[in-house]
Amino acid sequence: MHHLDQLENRSIHILREAYSSFRKLGMLWSIGKDSTVMLWLARKAFFGHVPFPLIHVDTTFKIPEMIAYRDRLVREWGLRLIVGTNHAALAAGDTFPSGKVDRITCCRLLKTEAMKTALAGGPGEEPFTGIIAGIRADEEGSRSKERTFSPRTRESDWDVDDQPPEFWNQYKTDFAPGTHVRIHPLLDWTELDIWEYIGREGIPTVSLYYDQGDGRRYRSLGCHPCTTPIESTAKNVQEIIAELSTGKLSGIAERSGRAQDKDDAGGLETLRRDGYM
Amino acid sequence: MEIAFVGHVDHGKSTIVGRLLADTGSLPQGKLDQIRAFCEANARPFEYAFLLDALRNERAQGITIDVARVFFKSGGRAYTIHDTPGHAEFLKNMVSGAARADAALLVLDGHEGVQENSRRHAYLLSMLGIRQVAVLVNKMDLLDRDQGAFDALVDSFGRHLARFELVPSHWIPVVGRTGENLAARSGEMAWYHGPTLLEALAGFEAARPLEELPFRLPVQDVYKFTANGDTRRIVAGTVESGRAEPGDELVFHPSGKRSRIRSLEAFPGPGPAIVSAGMACGFTLEEPVYLARGEVAAKAGEPGPVCANRFRASLFWLGKRPLHSGRDYLLKLGTARVRARLERIVRVLDASSLEPRETPEAVARHEVGEVVLRLARPIAFDPGQLPPAMSRFVLVDDFEISGGGLLLEGLAEGVASGRAARFNQRPLVILLAQEGKGGAHDHGLDLALSDAGRAVYPLPALMAPFHKERLTRMAEQARLLLDAGLLVLLPVSEPRWTDLDALKGMLPEGRLKVVWIGDGPAPAGLHADLAVDPREDRTLSRAILRWTGVDAAEAVSPLETGH
Repeated sequence: MHHLDQLENRSIHILREAYSSFRKLGMLWSIGKDSTVMLWLARKAFFGHVPFPLIHVDTTFKIPEMIAYRDRLVREWGLRLIVGTNHAALAAGDTFPSGKVDRITCCRLLKTEAMKTALAGGPGEEPFTGIIAGIRADEEGSRSKERTFSPRTRESDWDVDDQPPEFWNQYKTDFAPGTHVRIHPLLDWTELDIWEYIGREGIPTVSLYYDQGDGRRYRSLGCHPCTTPIESTAKNVQEIIAELSTGKLSGIAERSGRAQDKDDAGGLETLRRDGYM
Repeated sequence: MEIAFVGHVDHGKSTIVGRLLADTGSLPQGKLDQIRAFCEANARPFEYAFLLDALRNERAQGITIDVARVFFKSGGRAYTIHDTPGHAEFLKNMVSGAARADAALLVLDGHEGVQENSRRHAYLLSMLGIRQVAVLVNKMDLLDRDQGAFDALVDSFGRHLARFELVPSHWIPVVGRTGENLAARSGEMAWYHGPTLLEALAGFEAARPLEELPFRLPVQDVYKFTANGDTRRIVAGTVESGRAEPGDELVFHPSGKRSRIRSLEAFPGPGPAIVSAGMACGFTLEEPVYLARGEVAAKAGEPGPVCANRFRASLFWLGKRPLHSGRDYLLKLGTARVRARLERIVRVLDASSLEPRETPEAVARHEVGEVVLRLARPIAFDPGQLPPAMSRFVLVDDFEISGGGLLLEGLAEGVASGRAARFNQRPLVILLAQEGKGGAHDHGLDLALSDAGRAVYPLPALMAPFHKERLTRMAEQARLLLDAGLLVLLPVSEPRWTDLDALKGMLPEGRLKVVWIGDGPAPAGLHADLAVDPREDRTLSRAILRWTGVDAAEAVSPLETGH
């Protein structure tokens, strides 16, 4: 079996396990390439349907093309979308761009806190018990240590020093009331796998990933104040694959353009222990 | 290909993996500089291990806590490496990484020698079903790269591994810190002619394809999504072995329901022409049979799985609380999920020393053992290793996966299963036929069986004549006692032996043993299972103990699912 088919089958199996095991299930969709591949895999797993809502944490600092692309796919694919935004922090101006807080605090307020609020469910609704997230083990150190089904405490904390065992495709699907489980179907995928799969399947992606003529493109997408494009003239998927496998990017870390990684000496560990995806 | 690095704490697993990544150019630019800067800022010597030990507590303590997944390519092959922790406390994390591997590298500190977790990890590899193993004898620099010291380790540890039939493909002397015999050959160990680590990796074979085995698909779910006018009812699951196509008749186990495949479904359509091992697929059926998650689809005309609710199993225990018979667990195998109890412990070993523990009451954390498990309802499984997912199970204790193991064989179900389990015996009626004694009861036998731990009920002797009403009443009493889980002694004398055939027909199948007690051979019409001399009472009690022991239960053979 081809490497990409192996990854695809494994991820579909995981998505179906999640759907069978969690009564209130949702999928985090960052609009980036990874979680869009995951969304595509969900449509395959459920034969053209996406039987759970997508949750987009919108900091309001996202690059405008991302929002336009999001709304187009929601329309065309018939998706249910929940948008999580920390309006209180924005109203108080507690953001990094305003200069009032540092980058890590800004991430925590606008992403982690907004996400926790969305996951708690609306008034009168039960909270989500299973959250599907598109993280990959090769992105950074703390994600290389993740489980496919990764429990979170009532406070959404990740107890990285005492993770449950996970083997033989048997996952943690039993959990105490009030806690929830993060499900990571893309843990085994590398950045190159993602792009090769996007190319093979013809999955629509945001134009920001491609050079529009100024010799720059985004390799990883985030909020505009903290995400910088890289020097690259790759104009399509095939050129990105060439650049990653043999070209100039083969030796440079994917998240080199993401400032919050550098401000946190433990990789993303501090943020992720606190509930960040 | 997935590779696990295992072995005792501080024997150099993370250092070897880090050095291998560095020497094969698998690290992103600046990554080594970043680690150097981190070490300088924290006043620590440079460590290749920090490439893997990314967590704060791992770096602070200089140990690996949880398994790291890293990717690299060499010789056109993509590897996923699972760098596992060697500390006993993190055995659950070692298992999480190693269980996925196609092959494993067991790292041994040549200077410190074989330690507790070197042996424990080796034994767990064999339990996890990993047969491709090479041993890296690390820190050869501390042994002056001496061949004699290396050979001595190969000899002593090799003999330990042979006790559970683990035969490493290679023993490689390495120095993790300097990279000797990892990606490049060591110039200072010219006496070594075997492969380097990288060459050994290239020699491992990918997992065997399971397409040629009988078809197995554990049902994950049945979908009926009605959006956009979708009317399909799709059975979804991942094929564990074999292949299937539209028109094939499927038998679902353990329900025994049957239906033909109407169509194979996929998005975007059309579905594939055939599905085979490894594919996460979906299909519609000709007949609208009701199916639930946990059933296993097999193909009519191929050997089917075994269905049972009692098993002999080998297992390892990782739970904080020991495995014992007083608790309910949840057993998960394939997509089945069912309540389970420990019925009996056959034996318990220390996974490191392989010493058996005397009269174990429970299986403690990090112990391995052989047990008898009983489930609340039958499940389908395949004994032996192939396809692996059809015999591997986990036990969940209070929300946590706490152990894993292999179902070795299904055991026959007693009539009075649940209650008999309490007495730890197989309920039986023992018909004690003897001549001329007037049906007097043998209290010696009753006592001997009770002393051996059996729960015995001696019925009053059955006297001739054996007319139908008397036999019926007797059979009713015996059935009640069997249902209560008891061992029933029924003396009978001076009958016309063939009259007893009617009694046999009134008791559940296989629940009656007939013993002839007399000087001569048993009368032909009696169909005795055993004839004993009245003076040799120990022969009789030993035979009854054998018949009623729980391991006496006969193994269930696979069901034929032919047309």
